[in-house]
Amino acid sequence: MTMQTNGITVSTATHAPLWRIRLRLAWRSFKSSWATFAESPVGLIGLGVIIFFGLFALAHPILMHTVWDSATYDPQMGYDMEIAFHPAAPSVRHLLGTDPLGRDVLSQLMYSTRYEFVLGILSAVVTVVIATTIGAVAAYYGGLIDAFLMRLADLVIMVPFLPILIVLSSFTEVGMFELALLIGLLSGFGGNTIVIKSQALSVKVKPFIEAARIAGGSDFHIIFTHLIPNLLPIALLYMMFVVTSAIFSEAVLSYFGLTTIKMSWGIMINTAQTQGYLLRFDTWYLLIPASLAITLLCAAFYLVGRALDEVVNPRLRSR
Amino acid sequence: MWKFLGKRLIQMLFTLLLFQAVTYFLIDAQPGDIADLLAHDPSIPPGERDRLRAELGLDRPPVERFVKYIGNFYTGNLGVSFNEYPRQVTDIIKERLPRTLVLFFTASIVSFWAGFMSGKILAWRRGSFVEYASTIVGVTLYTVFTPWFALMMIWLFSVQLGWLPAGKFLSPEVWITAPASANAIFSRLIGTGFVGLTVMLAGFIISNKVTRKIRVPLRVASIIVPLSGALLYWTLNGLGVWGGDMLQHLVLPVLTVTLIAYGGNMLLTRTSMLETLREDYILTARAKGLPDKVVRDRHAARNALLPVWTGLVFSIGRSISGGIITETIFSWPGLGLTLLNASLVADIPVAMGTLTVIAILTLVSHLVADIGYAFLDPRIRY
Repeated sequence: MTMQTNGITVSTATHAPLWRIRLRLAWRSFKSSWATFAESPVGLIGLGVIIFFGLFALAHPILMHTVWDSATYDPQMGYDMEIAFHPAAPSVRHLLGTDPLGRDVLSQLMYSTRYEFVLGILSAVVTVVIATTIGAVAAYYGGLIDAFLMRLADLVIMVPFLPILIVLSSFTEVGMFELALLIGLLSGFGGNTIVIKSQALSVKVKPFIEAARIAGGSDFHIIFTHLIPNLLPIALLYMMFVVTSAIFSEAVLSYFGLTTIKMSWGIMINTAQTQGYLLRFDTWYLLIPASLAITLLCAAFYLVGRALDEVVNPRLRSR
Repeated sequence: MWKFLGKRLIQMLFTLLLFQAVTYFLIDAQPGDIADLLAHDPSIPPGERDRLRAELGLDRPPVERFVKYIGNFYTGNLGVSFNEYPRQVTDIIKERLPRTLVLFFTASIVSFWAGFMSGKILAWRRGSFVEYASTIVGVTLYTVFTPWFALMMIWLFSVQLGWLPAGKFLSPEVWITAPASANAIFSRLIGTGFVGLTVMLAGFIISNKVTRKIRVPLRVASIIVPLSGALLYWTLNGLGVWGGDMLQHLVLPVLTVTLIAYGGNMLLTRTSMLETLREDYILTARAKGLPDKVVRDRHAARNALLPVWTGLVFSIGRSISGGIITETIFSWPGLGLTLLNASLVADIPVAMGTLTVIAILTLVSHLVADIGYAFLDPRIRY
């Protein structure tokens, strides 16, 4: 093991390089966590659905380049000239039919999937970065900083989430990126911070933090290399729930027609609504595929979150 | 307690001010104002446009306007709607708030109660088929795309079965001959519901204090007496037709919001119950040979209630956003639909007014949840 201190390289007795030991330890803890995770069928179902949607998203560009010609099957600009009346019911040519503007529903559904992932993961990352930093700082320093940050979190929890998004997105131009940032900010400063801070408090009193301080580690060093890595499991857990709420919020806002997003599952339902097909249940293929996709992906992330909860929180396990 | 209440009220006021400031300046920072909106009308000359802007105070700096807005807000003047021009925002909110409150409170209370009752039973039967099936139903309700769910409810109950009207607040054809205004009748409905529920609740609370012999008849009576009283009142006052019509329209939205909020409460109770069941005092209670029902309801469920009650804070937000979506789908003219419509046509005074009232509603519900916590957990003293 080699260690860099004040520019002098100190060699210690072990032969394997440090990264390999770390990797092996990480692999071992991953295997044991996976065993716990795999115990619950719920989590595996969720993971399966997420992988399915991942492949679904990947398949779109491949299909566009091979089987589907872009004039007919383009999710935004496509139009099928060979069908007289749109929306057309599902057929071999269009497995899920076409929308009122003559575009292929399946192609739209697949094309939108990647944006749902980007949006969900981006807002979850923003949330986690904010929530872990604030949680760790608040727990580490305590006192006035803690009081201020926690009151701020209380304020953010108290204000209603969706109404604010409705008003903000109708008076401002909100695209996919801004929306992800907005959702990340709102959920990062709110409830997640409080949960992560309570975890940080229990890590803060562990002996290795004390040891790091005695070894002369700066506050910054201790927070970022000792405290935050121990908060990441619980942060990962809360990421899943943020993804769920981000996908849901985007779908609702797009459905109301408040975003400037070009194509998403919510926009698909919005198109059905603005063209007057929402309450006509015979054109089910305009409504059900997109709604079902939103529900399934939200549920999948939520289920993975619940299964991770059992990994992180031993009190929930069945044995 | 009073000190806590005072502190919380000040904190709430501060939150509200901050909230108003953030939303006001964010909306204000956007390009365009009402004068620009009117400028699309070619018959308005440019000089007139400037005069309008000065008259509306839009030429003043934003901070000055904000201070004035806040001053007006707390003296009860929320401005005039742009869209329904001469109408006061306060008037619009006064008309629509009760409708949202009915939706929100009924859904919150019923979903909390039902979620708690079913969640505790599910945790108790861990591993059974019923538990898996109900967890799936719960997760589905929790993550379902709400607009779609509402549409499916319409499809099922009004298109396929034809039991209930598909949306709106009332059926206009019935109301042509109505002797009183819709709001007057709706207020009476709320009054009846409130008195009936109070009597029912009082009956149940008293029934917990008396001996087992009179408990069951008392409970039955406390359900039958308010119900028949309400029925008698509405048949005698001659407004039954219109009250019934309104009630019919109320059922489907309330059911939808309740089901949406129910999933979360049920799942949370289940998790909380599972944690509680591992405590030592549950083992003790079982070892003493107490019946399962007593261990479940008296020992485990009461302790499991605390986290669920905390979770109510989050479920309030869910009920409110679920309510907005549901109101939109069902064309239920409450605050949510008003907020959305006002946002879509850039009716800033109405949007700000409704948003603030929804924020106040959320803040007050949180306060009530916190006070309830002190009653449930004797260790907590404010």
